[in-house]
Amino acid sequence: MPMQIFFLIIAAVTLISAAMVVTVRRMMHAALWLVLSLFGVAVLFAMLESSFYAVVQVIVYIGAIAILVIFAVMLTRHMMDDTGRQIAKNWWAALVAVVIAFGGMVVLVLSWSRFQVGPGTAPSELLLLDFGKALTAPNQFAIPFEVSSVLLLAALIGSIFIAVERKGGQK
Amino acid sequence: MNSFLTDPIGFLILWFYSVLRGWNLPEDLVVLIAFVVGAFTLATLSLLLVVFLIWVERKIGGRVQDRLGPNRVGPFGLIQPVADMLKIFTKEFITPDGADKVAYNLGPILAVGAVIMIWAVVPFGITLYGSNLNVGILYIIAVGGIGTLGIIMAGWGSNNKFALLGAFRAVAQLLSYEVPMVVSLLIPVMFAGSMGLNEIVRAQTVPFIVLAPIAALIFFISSIAENGRAPFDLLEAESEIVAGFNVEYSGLKFGFFFVGDFLHAFTIALLFSVLFLGGWNGPGADSMPILGFVYLMIKTSLMYFLGLLIRFTLPRFRIDQMLALNWKLLVPLSLVTVSLTAIVDKLAMNNIWVRVIVLLLVNLIIWLSLQEIMERVYRSRPPRRTVNYPRLKPEADEPVVQPETPAA
Repeated sequence: MPMQIFFLIIAAVTLISAAMVVTVRRMMHAALWLVLSLFGVAVLFAMLESSFYAVVQVIVYIGAIAILVIFAVMLTRHMMDDTGRQIAKNWWAALVAVVIAFGGMVVLVLSWSRFQVGPGTAPSELLLLDFGKALTAPNQFAIPFEVSSVLLLAALIGSIFIAVERKGGQK
Repeated sequence: MNSFLTDPIGFLILWFYSVLRGWNLPEDLVVLIAFVVGAFTLATLSLLLVVFLIWVERKIGGRVQDRLGPNRVGPFGLIQPVADMLKIFTKEFITPDGADKVAYNLGPILAVGAVIMIWAVVPFGITLYGSNLNVGILYIIAVGGIGTLGIIMAGWGSNNKFALLGAFRAVAQLLSYEVPMVVSLLIPVMFAGSMGLNEIVRAQTVPFIVLAPIAALIFFISSIAENGRAPFDLLEAESEIVAGFNVEYSGLKFGFFFVGDFLHAFTIALLFSVLFLGGWNGPGADSMPILGFVYLMIKTSLMYFLGLLIRFTLPRFRIDQMLALNWKLLVPLSLVTVSLTAIVDKLAMNNIWVRVIVLLLVNLIIWLSLQEIMERVYRSRPPRRTVNYPRLKPEADEPVVQPETPAA
């Protein structure tokens, strides 16, 4: 019972801060709310006793992505301002895209045979080992894994290509 | 079994558990109370340690720089930090105009909290650790990211250009040095076959610094940079950006950043001893856990002293030098070291002595080729150019150079 109350509190914090991300006026505040929301997800992972995913959530989403978002926000010109429209012109398109994506996800999860509602037990050490083996096994996820690393490499090279200052002062 | 003489702290922990169980509390509650009390004790002790560390740091810093250091209050100036603390407690909290209250106040707390959170997973002895997390190393890296967040919040929340510049530098430095640190941490994980710190310590029958000296060096350098101390103290360069991210803080909030800084310096020495110097391993540590704690503290003090020597002797890097050292030297070096070590260690797994010799040879080869490459790079560089600043008065025999006007 105390775990359920705790879960409800964390879930509420996560959802409320996620809502704050898109409603708050200052961009910097939105970024900080985003951090809180992501942290809530990490706590949910920890409550499922999968410490690996909890920690990876903090490293990747808070330690890397949120900090880069904050960095980008700090570099924008109107960072201290509250002005600006809150809702973009194409909000309906975004709504359609979100509904389709969310619906697709729900359908996918529901059609998964091992999906269940309720407390599950996941021995995290075993899970982690399986996860590592699955990523490198050729008949499981080796190809998606390698493709994603090629994608990241391409992004890396692309960013260097954009950022590099060529010798001779040409643009 | 544990007795009070060989393992006093483990004895106390067991005694505490037995007292709680004696009250007929449910087992969940017993564990919860024990963890809360343990966390509270560990955090308090680590913060109390800072009082002593401030004295050590100032005294050693004084000696290194041919000064006396604190020597007025108490014997050898031992009470000086207490006097400083009392002074800082009584100072006024000033919140600057236009500061973002939440971020401004949360910044110092996160900066200290992130350091103390590392202590939760450090094994101080066989029986003495907060939590044996099976992803201990990842946890340490994750917590480091939260410390970065604290500095950003402080720099941005202060509503001050210099503070913001300091925060920019902090992000650039802390994020970039995280890369070689994480990569070099892969080597102890690989050797131990686990990310838990207890397993890493247990696997060190031969300290990992013998098996991977280059990785140890990379970890040491990048953890100094993560700490933001000289020679990497660009985030609070007084001569360039006044004081960086903490310029608007006063009183205990300002002091908090320094508490975090002093504690972080000790913590990285602690982590280095745990990961590369064998932690609590030592003669007789298995039968007398208290000896293991003593060994760990001796190793940590040595590393801490080394860190202080570096801090008080080396001048500050320029920002481009700092980034070049990371991206052009440490990152490629760590990647090469990890891949070569992984291959060679797999081939020479069986015999411990073969392993030591082969890995040392690999490290030597990496180091020599690094030296060779660097010498070639330096030889191939054009000689240093001097900058010709525009003179105020053109000399008599020199035509006056008109500045180019952009075409309309």
